[in-house]
Amino acid sequence: MSDEAERNQQGQTPGPHHWFDDEAGPVVRPYAMTRGRTSTATRHRLDLIAVVVPEPAADDPGRDQTLSPEHVEIVERCSEQPQSIAELAAGLDLPVGVVRVLVGDLVEDELVHVTRPVPPAELPDVSILREVINGLRAL
Amino acid sequence: MAFGRSSRTTKPFVEPVTLKILVAGGFGVGKTTLVGAVSEIRPLRTEEMLSEAGRPVDDLHGVETKTTTTVAMDFGRITLREDLVLYLFGTPGQDRFWFLWDELAQGALGAIVLADTRRLEDSFAAIDYFERRGIPFTVAVNCFEGAQRFPAESVRGALDLDPEVELLMCDARDRESVKNVLVAVVQHALVLADRSPVAT
Repeated sequence: MSDEAERNQQGQTPGPHHWFDDEAGPVVRPYAMTRGRTSTATRHRLDLIAVVVPEPAADDPGRDQTLSPEHVEIVERCSEQPQSIAELAAGLDLPVGVVRVLVGDLVEDELVHVTRPVPPAELPDVSILREVINGLRAL
Repeated sequence: MAFGRSSRTTKPFVEPVTLKILVAGGFGVGKTTLVGAVSEIRPLRTEEMLSEAGRPVDDLHGVETKTTTTVAMDFGRITLREDLVLYLFGTPGQDRFWFLWDELAQGALGAIVLADTRRLEDSFAAIDYFERRGIPFTVAVNCFEGAQRFPAESVRGALDLDPEVELLMCDARDRESVKNVLVAVVQHALVLADRSPVAT
């Protein structure tokens, strides 16, 4: 019997249940990718439906030395088609908070910019609402 | 390491106006089904990871070594035009995640409260939430097979809805039915927006 099994038998917090694979959580703790940061210096909190659009500089291969693979993947995904924060989080399988920090980095590096959806605490104007109704009816 | 598609032409991207509608309601009432019925993508899931520190009571009995909890929100997308995209967000079911609702509700165009007549009380919290914040909402009663149908008036009475709040019967699986509900929400938002140009 291995040492480990023996230790378990002695009841060192063995617990009846063990987590394996996905259940055990990510190998890299998500906020390790942000080097522990939970917010960035960007002016406003990025809304879930804020759309991330690449800047022309994102095509410049010389710029990406300091970027992590996750940063690069965000730029690549958005270069195919601009995507919302929510879509990026789902696509990368990362918590929204992590994606916000990473996108904030890219905004600071001027590799992407972010559309502000509808200004917070304001309803979209009447003409947009009419267009939405027409669009829904035409679906 | 380059970004791969560096040969991309300099064609500017269309930057869409994005809008969101929330889909609230009790656990298992069919929020994700409703989103899936109209979404052009299979409903996606975003997760927010919460640290337990400072969170109100969270029963971690049996998972004592787990220090974070994950809240999932399912969402779908409807591209109305190239430059106009509507997102539907299912709200987290558990009451203790109200603080996440605040973020979701910010800038939301309106909301659907999906109700099940067998468990109407599950929709009270959501109705109360949207009423207080002046967010336009429509109640959609999901007509489950086998669920007893009640007349709209008695459901309305049981939920104590303001006269201007619309209540519709719907089938969360049916695209046309869900489209009607969405149109009702936006129409309600339009009425409110017309009435007060300065939104609350």
